[in-house]
Formats: sequence, structure tokens, C-alpha cells
Amino acid sequence: MNRLLFEKTGKAIYISHLDTMAMFPRIFLRAGLHVKFTRGMSPHAYVSIALPLSVGTSSCCELLDFTLEEDNVPLETLPARLNPYFPAGIRVLSAYDSDRKIKELRYLRCTVTLEYDQGISDDGCRDIEALFRQDQILVEKKTKKGLAETDIRPMIESVHVSRISSGELALESLICAQNPSLNPQLLVGAIERYLPELAPDFAKAHRTEVFDESFQVFR
Amino acid sequence: MTDLINRILPRVQKPARYTGGEYNEIIKDKASTEVRIAFCFPDTYEIGMSNIGMRILYGILNEMDGVWCERMFAPWGDMEEEMRRHDLPLWALESHDPMEDFDLIAFSIGYEMAYSNVLNMLELGHIPLKSCDRGDDLKHIVFAGGTSVYNAEPMADFLDFCAVGEGEDLDVEIVECYRSAKRRGLSRREFLREVSKIPGVYVPSFYRHTYHEDGTIREIIPLDGAPETVTKRIVQDMDGAYYPTKTIVPSTQIVHDRTVLELFRGCIRGCRFCQAGFCYRPVRPKSPDRLYELAVASLENSGYDEMTLSSLSTSDYKKLGEFADRMLDYCIPRGINLSLPSLRADNFSVELMEKVQKVRKSGLTFAPEAGTQRLRDAINKNVTEEDILRSCSVAFAGGWNKVKLYFMLGLPTETDEDVIGIAELTYKVLKAWKEHSPNKSRGCTITVSTAFFVPKNGTPFQWEAQITPEEYLRRCALLKSKMPSKSIRYAYHPSDLSMLEAVLCRGDRKLCDVLLRAHELGCKMDGWTDYFQMDKWMQAFSDCGVDPAWYAQRERGRDEVFPWETVSIGISKKFFWREREAAYRSEITPDCRRQCTGCGADRLYQGGPCDE
Repeated sequence: MNRLLFEKTGKAIYISHLDTMAMFPRIFLRAGLHVKFTRGMSPHAYVSIALPLSVGTSSCCELLDFTLEEDNVPLETLPARLNPYFPAGIRVLSAYDSDRKIKELRYLRCTVTLEYDQGISDDGCRDIEALFRQDQILVEKKTKKGLAETDIRPMIESVHVSRISSGELALESLICAQNPSLNPQLLVGAIERYLPELAPDFAKAHRTEVFDESFQVFR
Repeated sequence: MTDLINRILPRVQKPARYTGGEYNEIIKDKASTEVRIAFCFPDTYEIGMSNIGMRILYGILNEMDGVWCERMFAPWGDMEEEMRRHDLPLWALESHDPMEDFDLIAFSIGYEMAYSNVLNMLELGHIPLKSCDRGDDLKHIVFAGGTSVYNAEPMADFLDFCAVGEGEDLDVEIVECYRSAKRRGLSRREFLREVSKIPGVYVPSFYRHTYHEDGTIREIIPLDGAPETVTKRIVQDMDGAYYPTKTIVPSTQIVHDRTVLELFRGCIRGCRFCQAGFCYRPVRPKSPDRLYELAVASLENSGYDEMTLSSLSTSDYKKLGEFADRMLDYCIPRGINLSLPSLRADNFSVELMEKVQKVRKSGLTFAPEAGTQRLRDAINKNVTEEDILRSCSVAFAGGWNKVKLYFMLGLPTETDEDVIGIAELTYKVLKAWKEHSPNKSRGCTITVSTAFFVPKNGTPFQWEAQITPEEYLRRCALLKSKMPSKSIRYAYHPSDLSMLEAVLCRGDRKLCDVLLRAHELGCKMDGWTDYFQMDKWMQAFSDCGVDPAWYAQRERGRDEVFPWETVSIGISKKFFWREREAAYRSEITPDCRRQCTGCGADRLYQGGPCDE
């Protein structure tokens, strides 16, 4: 299996997961390369992206699996070949062969930036850190049957709170990536629920790294 | 800290349509830009980015040095709400600058249901809606092109000028005229006077309309030496004309998410109800070699795996078979799907469909338009029942089991017999399936759609009355009662929208106030059932003391002066009247290839006879 590591930042964070999937085969074609097709009634180029990224979340550790039709293309040349053809904000960082299965991917490190238009005090910063040390953190989660309460504490390995500016805090968090997965926006949901006076005016998430079960970087 | 736009984007549906940044988007340096153009499409991004005209003009204008053309689209309701709440003006996708920063604000208006969006976009851009309120400096010149400007009168108060016809050459001349005016420091009025000298430019405020007591037009008076007639511009050399091969590839799904290859302009057929068939005349093809070159370049640049061969009545492209074979040799090994959405119902077309659909099989659609031969002759839709049944039989034998049939109700001279004729034809198609399908266990679906006929300006039916919505619905019910089969699905267009379309397309300047009032009442996105509100429109008509039935349901007199007569599509009124009379005799007019019918469009074409 061929794999790409790519980043999705800037304007590209608003491109949905499905649109991103649809984009990649076209990028390969623009570069004069071909991705293997599925068989069946409606053949289409097969690509698969690990851990669908929510609209509005940026990342520098996205993984895409594919198989190239051409077998004489050195994979390390792919970033330079593909990068001229992306929309603004998407860039391939590396390309390689991997036999590691995506299901081995276990943890995700991400930074959630909390923005306070009226500023945020050091006390507030401490209270938020304390919140994520609680034994149980119940948040409301949308499910098919409506809103349900879920304890997200088991899905959180660690959350460190640091100050970026007088009005911005960063939650450096290590959370479960899949089975079950935790949407980092639920960390903000927890603040809104337990510390409503510390609810940010805006929050954005950025994925920084993915790990396997033993906290080794997953590639 | 995150800026306002980026705080709003995660909250709205499909935010990628508001960001720009797509592959092949054109970014220029503002410091070295002399003329900034906001190319506005008065509908959503998904519709606007599917419009080939917009892509052509975006490419051409951005090839001009010192000119930067950017895109603006109508926001969906959720985004509009956020913009209004936070006082965020409409922005261009490329620079994210507000409309106020632009010199020229250019709208492409394809049909009347977009008028309310033009007003809404101007308001969201903080631009005064009426031309007369825009001051006298040379900023924010609002103009429009597209099929709707063949009768721009309902928009006369809001547009500084119109660009009539094809924009490839015309828009460049307009922008150069603006650039020169800006350099010389001309006023708005002075610029309008200069730009009105360019053939194809129509400045509504340079004409006074006077009315008879019955509301019809008495006279159109050109003021201060404005030309009596403004004739549409056309591209003279299709092979030499600019066609974009390196176009923006949207990062989110749009309506026509594929490469579009335009084979030719115009139509030889002359169906009497069809505005496009007349207003895009004369017929001008591109050569197969040029097309192949454009196709390969477009596909390679975009990475699309689908291409549409686009034109009116594609079967009429003289070298279609040869060209399609050559194209298939390129497409099939690469898994690229070729689609031909506008074929005539004849043998050749079905064979072609079978070849083309080797890659992927889609549905089949035929548009007989009317149920009986008499009425098809009256509207000059030169397709016979035999053609349709033969084509369907071949398709059914080839394994197709879904067919769509498109008709219109309310055509001039239509009787109940013609309505029932639709049901009879549909049953004959069903019978053809029973006789020819190799696998009947899968069943068959025939979808019948009827549209409510809208008599359009620029057609032989421009004098006709539209039937009332009640009468239309009665005919729909009659047709429905005649098609009880489980294999037949019947869908009819809603009546309100088509009636409004009939009002606006042949409307006059008295409708400007109605449009403004409808906008104030919240009308927008009228082409979307999610938003269309007929009750608001009716209130706008009543508030302005205007009777919509007078526009939609009134038969015009032979010598009536039409509000749109200043603008010419190059086809004579005499020709249209002759065609109308032929319709009432159910007489067909041969297509342009068999015999020139003297419509007048050939005079637009300096390159000799049409269609060579």
C-alpha cells in the first residue's frame, strides 16, 4: 500500500472529507499519474483517508492510502510532483510504502486554541486545566437518536493548558483517535458545560501528530 | 485571533464555497492592478461555477494586464443571516475584499428568477440599488450580460448598462473603455456616454419609454444621440476565440463537476418556443481539430474523469460521429466518461449513446415537447413519433430500462386532445419496452415531466398569452388521470414560478418598482423551492398597483411596441411574425441547413454564410 502524509491548513480546512477524497485522484491525473481503480459497476479511483477530519479543523498529519498504477515512480518524488496541483492549503509532506494498517493508529495529538475577546485570567486557565483532571467529564453528544450524555474522560490521555496571549489559551491534548474516537471540539463542549463563564468566543482545533498504541509516531 | 469570516465559516453549510483558494484560481497583485472587476453570479457557487460563460469571461478578463477579475456568488440563507448579523459585506473569493473595493461590478444574468438575487447581492455589498443613487464618480459601475439582458427593462433602474450578446470581445472593449475613463478622470455620466458608443452596449437611462393609456408602450425615445438599436455582439471566429483549458477546479462538488467542451454556438432547428435557439444564432461550429486540442488540454489540466460535449442540439454538429470516435479513443483507456446531454431522438444518436456509455451507463432523456404531431409541427419541434419510438426501442433492446420524457403544457393552439396525446405517446413507449427489453423482470420506469410553457421574448411566441395557472393545473390533472400505470411517473412543474417568469421576461420598466418591493419583502433565490415565495411577489405587485396577469396572460397586438425593442438579437420581428403564423397553420419551417429561412442572423456574421 502506498501512503501519503499531507497537511490541510488555511482555506483548505473548509473542504469536507468527501470532497478531499474526490480531489486526490484528480491531483494525480494533473501530475500525469494514475491511481488504481475499484472494480465493479461504477469503477472509480480508490483512495482512503485515515480519521476523517471535521470541517474547520486543520492538520499537519493526514494520511492517505492509495495504489499507484505506475510501478516505476519513486515514491519520494511524489511530494514535488503533486504539490503544484493542489488548492491553497493542502501540501504533501512525504510519500512512502507502508504495511502498517490504519487500525493500529490509536492516539491523536491536537492543539485546541480557545479565543477570548475580553481576555482570559490566569485563574481561568487553572480552572480549565483542573476540569480535565476530573474523573468523569460528561458532555452532550449528538447521536442518531438525538442528544446523549457521554463520559469523554476515558478518551483523554492528557490535556495541558498554556497561554498564548492575553486572550488565547492552547489546550495541548492527547486523545483517542479511533474506537472510540474523540472529536476535539468536545473538549470545548466540556468547558461550556462545566465552566460556562469560561466558554471561549471561538475555538479551533489543529491536529499535530498521530500515534500507535505504544505512543510511537504512526506512519 | 481568528477573523470574523473564519469564525463564521465553521457554522455554515458547505463553507468551501465561500473561501476561494481553488486550483487555478487567479490571484494578482493589487498594487499593480488598475481595474478591479467583481464578476457576480446571482446564484449559489455550485450553480455559478458550473456556468461556462462565466469561466470564459473570467479567463479573458484576467488575461488583460492591469485587470483583476474576481468572483462573487449569492450566499445561501444561513451565510446571509450571519453576514447581516455581523454587518459583514459580500466579499470576492480571491482577495476577500468587499464589493465596495471594486470598479466594475458585472453580473451574469441567465434567467429572470435571478433578478431578486442581483438586488440582494448589491445590498449585501453595500452598493446603492438604483443607478441614480450611485453618485457621479467612476466607482461601482454595475452592468450585466447574459440571456436576460435581451429584455433588461425590469432591471433598467438598477443596471448602469448592459453588455448585449457574447462577451469575448465586448467585455474587453468595455474594460479598456473604463480604464481610459479612469485615467482621464471622467465622471460616471461621461463614462456611460463613452461606453454606449461600443456596439453591443445598452445604457437603459439613455432611453425614455412613454406609454399609451392602456399601459402598452407608445414610444422609446433615445436621448442625447444614443443609438436607436443596440445589436448583440457575437464571436466571429470560433476556432480563434479564447476558450479556457486551465480553469478553476472547485474544491467542493458543484452541479456540473466536470470538463465542459463547447462544440458550437447557435442552433439550426428553430423550435418556436425556444429562446436559446434564436438568441444564440447564427450557428458557428468549432473545428474537430481545435475541439480535440481543447478537450485534451482541459482534461489534463483539471484531472476530471468526465467531460460533457455541450451545445444546443448536439446531434447537429456535422462531424459529431467522427469527433466522438476520436474522443472515445482518448477517453476509454483513461476511464474518462463522455456525456452528450443534448441529442436528438434519431437512430444515429442512440448508436452514439451506446458507444459513449461503454464507460458508465446513465439515463436516457427525450424531449418530444408536445403529445401530438400536429402540435409538434406547430412548435416546429421536428421530431416524429416514429423517431421517438424507434430510438426508445433500440435503447430498450440495449438494456436501458429508464426513460425520461419532457413535455410542455400550455403551448399555443394546444387542446385537450394534445394533452391526452402525451399519455398516448407515453403508453406507446411503454409498449416498445415490453416488445424490446431483453430482461423484463427488472421492470421499466418512464418519467414524464411537464413544464408550464412561458412565452419568451425573442421567439415567434413573444406575442402569445400564457394560459392561467388554473388552466395549466387542470391540464396537468387531465394528463395524470390518463396515465395510471405503475411504470409511469408523472411530475409537473409548479405553476407559480412559470407565471412569474412569464411576467418578468416580457416585462417593462414598470416592473422595476415591483422588483424593488419584492426585494424589500425578502424575495431572493426565486429559482429555489426552499426560498421562492409567490405570496410575497403577489404582495409586491399589489403594493405597486401592477397586475401580473396583464404581462403574463395578455396576447400582444401585431404592431405593439415591445419594451425590449431597443436591443436586437439580430432576428427580425417580421421573421418572428411569419413563424407565428406558420405555427397557427401547423406548418413546419425547415432547419437552417436545408434552406435559409431569412431570419436575419446571417447579417451578424461577417465570415460569410452561417454554419460553414
